[in-house]
Amino acid sequence: MSIGSEHGLPGHLVEFVTALRRHGVSVGPGETVDAARVLGALDLIHREHVREGLAAALLRRSGQRQVFDTLFELYFPAALGAGSAEVEVPRVDDAADGPVDVDALRDILADLLRDGDTAALAELARAVVDALGRSGAAGTGVRGAGGQPSWSAYQALRVLSPETLLARILDELRAGGAEEDAFSDEVRRREIRDRIAAFRKMITDEVRRRTAEQRGRDQVARTAVPKQAEQVEFLSAHAEQLAQLRRTVHPLARRLASRLAVRRRHARRGTLDMRRTLRRSMSTGGVPMRPAYRKRRPGRPELVVLCDVSGSVAGFSHFTLLLVQALREQFSKVRVFAFVERADEVTHLFDPGAELSGVMQRVLREADLVAFDGHSDYGGSFGTFAEHWGDAVTSKTSLLVLGDARTNYRDPNLTVLGRLVGRARHAHWLNPEPRRQWGTGDSAALRYAGVLPMHECRTAAQLADVVEGLLPV
Amino acid sequence: MSAPQSPLFGSVADVAERLASVGYLASTAVATTVFLADRLGKPLLVEGPAGVGKTELAKSVAAATGAGLVRLQCYEGIDEARALYEWNHAKQLLRITAGQGRESWDDTRDDVFSEEFLLPRPLLTAIRRTEPTVLLVDEMDKADVEVEGLLLEVLSDFQVTVPEMGTITASRRPFALLTSNSTRELSEALKRRCLFLYLDFPDADLERRIVLSRVPELTESLVDALVRTVRVLRGLELRKAPSVAETIDWGRTLLALGLDTLDDDTVRATLGVVLKHRSDAAAAAAELRLN
Repeated sequence: MSIGSEHGLPGHLVEFVTALRRHGVSVGPGETVDAARVLGALDLIHREHVREGLAAALLRRSGQRQVFDTLFELYFPAALGAGSAEVEVPRVDDAADGPVDVDALRDILADLLRDGDTAALAELARAVVDALGRSGAAGTGVRGAGGQPSWSAYQALRVLSPETLLARILDELRAGGAEEDAFSDEVRRREIRDRIAAFRKMITDEVRRRTAEQRGRDQVARTAVPKQAEQVEFLSAHAEQLAQLRRTVHPLARRLASRLAVRRRHARRGTLDMRRTLRRSMSTGGVPMRPAYRKRRPGRPELVVLCDVSGSVAGFSHFTLLLVQALREQFSKVRVFAFVERADEVTHLFDPGAELSGVMQRVLREADLVAFDGHSDYGGSFGTFAEHWGDAVTSKTSLLVLGDARTNYRDPNLTVLGRLVGRARHAHWLNPEPRRQWGTGDSAALRYAGVLPMHECRTAAQLADVVEGLLPV
Repeated sequence: MSAPQSPLFGSVADVAERLASVGYLASTAVATTVFLADRLGKPLLVEGPAGVGKTELAKSVAAATGAGLVRLQCYEGIDEARALYEWNHAKQLLRITAGQGRESWDDTRDDVFSEEFLLPRPLLTAIRRTEPTVLLVDEMDKADVEVEGLLLEVLSDFQVTVPEMGTITASRRPFALLTSNSTRELSEALKRRCLFLYLDFPDADLERRIVLSRVPELTESLVDALVRTVRVLRGLELRKAPSVAETIDWGRTLLALGLDTLDDDTVRATLGVVLKHRSDAAAAAAELRLN
């Protein structure tokens, strides 16, 4: 392995640690020293040992692993250049550097996906990226030959389009005598789908590695490394990231609940109940021997959630609703209202034990939310809510509004919201937009912020902090 | 710190081999971190979902190295007296009454705060043992934050300070292993002193071997079907994803029922073994077209 650092292996390690820090993994000098001791204790020939050893010394949280793995691939690559590829990529007319024969290649890929041979798939990914980057595919006219080879995950995945192989592989398996019933079929389908996703990731990783060789590691490390799940912004997250995020809801809720329990315990200490202490002192001749403390009865407020479920903020609303649902023990009653142009009650979809993974689709399908063109109308929604369910908000209610406050230049209806806020015990607005964008364009965020406190919740981490602060002690 | 002691393991491969010999099939990550924890003399903090074998790992390390296992089970409200040491008050009182009138106060005082009246709890026990020891601090996240402070001295220097007696340093450093289900974040100070291992669900091949070694009566094809199905279930959005313990239970259930294939009838009848929430079972049945 060639190490392009002037201080040898320790210098290389420090560069790696610096890259980790840049991606929000806080690594102290102590950990770096530990990592160096790890490298000293291990046999560096085994790359996987080095990877796990460094992870043990440098990471402190499971969510950091993805960032770590991506950077590890860049800083401790498994191979340089094309590596020693053992898979031959088929070429048109079998010419050595001719364009890639896509159909033959897809046949190979289908076989490997069917058998689930991970090692061979990784080899193929490496060979494919190399061949497509250098010679291009047949019939596409993309040729890197002559000039610089160009690595592109987009191109490779478009040419191969592994998703379209799914039906074919399933047919082959069925023809091969696999079980016929719907259940086995479904299990197989999901298995193949996971393998395809894994293969896509292999291609992306390989392209990142080759690009890093060409354009310099630091530049790629800066731009092409995925974020930790809890630091992904709700508004720019794609479906897969959101799904990953939703898996963290229950651990997060448990963490919030146990932190809350600690806060309650601490809050209970100390406040003396004079009346009961004096009453008790009667039995010891007026000397207060055993002080009595005031018992706190944690108020369990009713929660009314008003959430925007239009396309732009649906991911954020879904996550927050799941979190509220997971925390429902902290409230005596939770009512959920969804709105786009008008509001409708959807509490029944969030009953305990209800199936929540596809709940947003059900909300959009079953509730009466659209009146006109399907763009969010905050003013109109607050209006319908106050008109039909205004009595849901009482002096025991905590009101929570979720949305980006982008009104599409319609009337924000501050009076109605003001009236609701005035009646509720607490009211808060959670906004997934960055604070600096509030009030720009059609955002009425700043005007709403004058009516009730508005909190910025761009990421799951931020949301957790805000929710923890709002929960009743 | 005490004189350098001979490490328990020779290499990463040695760890994997010896753990396997006591029935614990370790992944590369587990073997590497156990090796490093031993070599660098640092405690090992293991986090991960329930039922992936965190506690089992400590037991297996103890069994594989012939070390004694000292276990501190954490719970809410655990304190110094339960974790570290306690003075035997009753015995101290007896001693004072017995010596009344015959001894000076100074002698009595020095005597009642001696070894004889100390009740060692797990942490002190582990430190004072001269034989090889594995110290397991189980479910660290259940304990209060204050207990973490208590552990700092024990885990970084392997010593305990008893104000009346002075500092007791480990004559032989125990292999310390902490587990956590991450119901709360442990403090940075504690995490910094440990090597960190996130024990996730094993990959398909390893899980297959684990199930086969635990329930050897199952046929390989059935284990294969089991593991594949469980992996698909983990991919769904469930409240509690099934872990290795559940896969093994499922295998045992099928064995007890005398079933040897995993078709949709079997799965429908036994899904309750792997999915513990009613809503999860309903979701899985819908997604996997069991109805």
